[in-house]
Amino acid sequence: MSDAVSALNGQTHDGFARVAEAGLRGMVTIRADLDSTALAAALGALGLSVPAKRQIVSAGDTSVGWMGPDELLLLCDYAQAPHLCADLSAALAGEHALVVTVSDARAIFTVQGARADQVLQKLCPVDFATLPVGELRRTRAAQIAAALWRSGPDELSLVCFRSVAGYMIGLLEVSARKGGEIF
Amino acid sequence: MSTRLAKGGRLIDRAVPLNFTFNGKPLRGFAGDTLASALLGAGQVMLGRSFKYHRPRGLVASGVEEPNALVGLGRNARFEPDQRTTTTELFEGAETRSQNHWPSLDFDVGEINDKLYKFLPAGFYYKTFMFPRFAWKHLFEPIVRQSAGLGAVPREADVDRYEQAYAYTDVLVAGGGVAGLAAALRAARTGQRVMVLEQTPHWGGRAPVDGGQIDGQDAGAWVKHAVQALEAMENVTLMTRTMLAGLHDHGYAIGYQSVGDATPGDGRPRHRLWRIRAGLTITATGAIERPLAFAGNDVPGVMLAGAVRDYIVNWAVSPGDRTVIVTNNDDAYRTALAVLDAGLTVAAVIDARPRAAGPLAQMVRDRGVRVLEGRGIAKVHGRKAVTGVAICAQAGEGGVIEQIACDCVAMSGGWSPVVHLWSHCGGKLTWDAVGAMFRPDASRPPLGDAGQPLAQAVGAANGLLTLPEIMAEADLPAVAEPEAPLEPVWAMPAGAKEALKFKSFLDYQNDVKVSDVQLAAREGYESVEHTKRYTTLGMATDQGKLSNINGLAVLSDALGQPIPATGTTTFRPPYTPISFGAISAEARGEIFQPLRRTSMHAWHEAHGVAWEPVGLWRRPYTYPRTGESHRTAVNREITNTRTNVGLLDASTLGKIVVKGPDAGRFLDMMYTNMMSTLPVGKCRYGLMCNDNGFLMDDGVVVRLSEDSWLCHTTSGGADRIHGHMEDWLQCEWWDWKVYTANLTEQFAQVAVVGPKARMLLEKLGGMDVSAEALPFMTFAEGTLGGFPVRVFRISFSGELSYEIAVPAAQGLAFWQALHDAGGEFGAMPYGTEALHVMRAEKGFIMIGDESDGTVIPQDLGLSWAISKKKADYIGKRAQERSHMTDPDRWQLVGLETLDGSVLPDGVYAVADGFNANGQRHVQGRVTST
Repeated sequence: MSDAVSALNGQTHDGFARVAEAGLRGMVTIRADLDSTALAAALGALGLSVPAKRQIVSAGDTSVGWMGPDELLLLCDYAQAPHLCADLSAALAGEHALVVTVSDARAIFTVQGARADQVLQKLCPVDFATLPVGELRRTRAAQIAAALWRSGPDELSLVCFRSVAGYMIGLLEVSARKGGEIF
Repeated sequence: MSTRLAKGGRLIDRAVPLNFTFNGKPLRGFAGDTLASALLGAGQVMLGRSFKYHRPRGLVASGVEEPNALVGLGRNARFEPDQRTTTTELFEGAETRSQNHWPSLDFDVGEINDKLYKFLPAGFYYKTFMFPRFAWKHLFEPIVRQSAGLGAVPREADVDRYEQAYAYTDVLVAGGGVAGLAAALRAARTGQRVMVLEQTPHWGGRAPVDGGQIDGQDAGAWVKHAVQALEAMENVTLMTRTMLAGLHDHGYAIGYQSVGDATPGDGRPRHRLWRIRAGLTITATGAIERPLAFAGNDVPGVMLAGAVRDYIVNWAVSPGDRTVIVTNNDDAYRTALAVLDAGLTVAAVIDARPRAAGPLAQMVRDRGVRVLEGRGIAKVHGRKAVTGVAICAQAGEGGVIEQIACDCVAMSGGWSPVVHLWSHCGGKLTWDAVGAMFRPDASRPPLGDAGQPLAQAVGAANGLLTLPEIMAEADLPAVAEPEAPLEPVWAMPAGAKEALKFKSFLDYQNDVKVSDVQLAAREGYESVEHTKRYTTLGMATDQGKLSNINGLAVLSDALGQPIPATGTTTFRPPYTPISFGAISAEARGEIFQPLRRTSMHAWHEAHGVAWEPVGLWRRPYTYPRTGESHRTAVNREITNTRTNVGLLDASTLGKIVVKGPDAGRFLDMMYTNMMSTLPVGKCRYGLMCNDNGFLMDDGVVVRLSEDSWLCHTTSGGADRIHGHMEDWLQCEWWDWKVYTANLTEQFAQVAVVGPKARMLLEKLGGMDVSAEALPFMTFAEGTLGGFPVRVFRISFSGELSYEIAVPAAQGLAFWQALHDAGGEFGAMPYGTEALHVMRAEKGFIMIGDESDGTVIPQDLGLSWAISKKKADYIGKRAQERSHMTDPDRWQLVGLETLDGSVLPDGVYAVADGFNANGQRHVQGRVTST
């Protein structure tokens, strides 16, 4: 849909790291029995697997992260989300599961640069020195809920609710401001 | 008079002179100076006035314990009062101002208080201002407020920024002196992650000044090599200018880093507050020297012996040409040697002990200095600067034996381990009679979750006051001059007369004297905590770092009990004051608090909205046009909605999907009425109560499919109700097959309301919205104007109404499309106040207006929404209790004024008579109007 806009239209700030709202991203919440073979098969068809506790697995543009003992978050192309949601719903039709599109309920951000960790170190109670690639962390950024993971070399991705996107970019901008390098 | 020495100065760089001012007077120091060393080096001995008696005061110490030398620093938006000169680094252009005087530092009207000391004893305020009662507010308080307080309050908002950072470590070392560095090396070599925090800009603590040898090297050289070794290790983080301010439960520690204090305006944050999780905290915080309590021990020029040594060795500043040293221990003799090495004169060493026979004393004697044994200072001469001392027998009551001219007095009453961090989280202390000090009791440390020690004290902080003892703890050999034992001296002379005790200061910052503590004891104060509050001992910004031990020793003596029986006051974080900026960090201005915005937020703003805060959301209250009051705007919006079509941004409404085989059963428990019987495609209004029966939320429930429902909640209630549902599912009915998802933010929602609402939607087109296809309390999915929508025929306003949900990313475009298409129908946005009025006029309740946490649905005439058929729902049992069924409970009723006027919101309907408190009886109040 051409009328769809992300919360901040890709707002970007360059400090000692680059912080950006990453535009629209497809997201689907899956609540189900994570041991379900139907779930494994459905994710397998996308080249994914059921992530282990606190993990995020990727195949190309699509990722799926562990959000809780019975909850996953699928990340995909924005336009694909309703279709994937329908496919997964159909695949899990025979069992107790809830699959819903949440793309528009969220905002996604990236923090890029050699000192990207230091931006989030100021906001999130996370031990970044021991945060490996492939781990998804549900945490908070100052006063709001957030989830984050390493999405590339020198890059972290961060998801929060759409309504607080403005607060999030404010946090990231001030925390990445030049002169604020921690080390 | 103090001055800068021509040579020396371990920490200063004479090639980099820095200009600064004191009370407008231009002065000069060097890079590496503190404000204190720069002021002293520039000949400024007197730096301020005391709090209560306005006595002239100068530097006493060289570190965090300094009670007197506080200044106002900076100007305008960078002005800050009460800055401790001893811990503030000098920078180019620093503007400093002395405090506590009027009109000037040299001539101060408040000095009259000093003459009135006999009339201003401990508890003076408590005793004096009790009667008459009215006088406190109108007479005493205004006067006290004008004369009290330290620095001036800043007048402008702070332009600097502040931040916080999280850190995780196995071992956290507080203090970068030799004990801390040695402990850090040992821990780091085991491969653990180690953080070392040093509050000053320099490593090594006192050792480079005090001398001695460690592992075959000079202490200074050993420090350098130890730091190099730590810097080379990947698992070690070293931070200077960072104080460990507090140690809390579970190894949570707060560090306070000075980042940009000395470089204002360079873009760096001023302070950074560290929130650290540490497996073990090693407190290597050193020791603080105790003053001696003799008459006039606060005259500018009377300093701690260790501080005199620091100023000479570290910054090449001479506190005076002729120094008298007064001590009860051997360490102070090191100061005599430092003074002599700088080419200055030691007029005499006054040793309170009957014999001064240690090797350090001998070294001083050998250089031709007079050592007076068994002597004390009866009195210090001078007012704004020391001019001499009167000598007496320590054992006597102060009869003067001789006079010695001097311009500096270096005093030492022994050293107290810094046990603050150890004590913050419950570590216990033990009294060490030999050292006359409280030291950490290693058998009773602060404990972690599994009973493990959270902290370990090392070095001087552990009561080890000599270099060989300190390094032996780390298995390193060290050599220093041996010291003879000290002798506790809590009053000088021991039998000081009243007149002397009136001028023997314990707490410099709050002007508490030996006489005040003794008076408190005579008046019946036995607890040290009570005495502290009565006399204000240790209650100033320095938190009694110099005064606590001396004060409780005096109290113990007055009570005739041993010191450990008196105990200490409580050590509370932070160790020294930390800035409010660092505590609030990024939370100011735009990001003081998260602000929740709907997809249409910017449109509202561009159309002159007046906002209403709803939870963290901002909702349009009304859209006043030029010249319109809010009230006329609201009336216009209502009229338009009732005659044409109104548009409301209802995106904030909570939207929770509930799905599963047990979802119907679950919702029957959540709501007071039946939801399991709702046909697919239909909507039903429901009430939600808490387990005490009180109404907590309401909204329309929609049955989406056989096994899924959509629950609308109030705007402020979405997160709370979602949490409430998950709470019951996870904790009580964990075996029920129900999943929930909070989709509040997935959808933007618009209420299209009014007689022309249907026409507007039909113009957009895409689905059948006729009364036949979409009757009241049903919903349908489809498209409108090309937007994927879910349309609910529900009404929050009582008018013909469609609630339309679109994906939030298209919310603004849909809202715009409605306005574009709605022009011919008179479409106009309306706000929450218009909604409230329309609801109130229809008799619809509003959660938060008609409910306040004490109201049950039955009070609101909502018994029709309570199922009589259900065996149970949350709140049912509670609503059957006698008080809930009392016929005298207030009931919601509708009122119409006879003259058409509007009742003010919240007013009381009064009844006859008054209650026991003299308040008028009431029979009701207006909840909505």
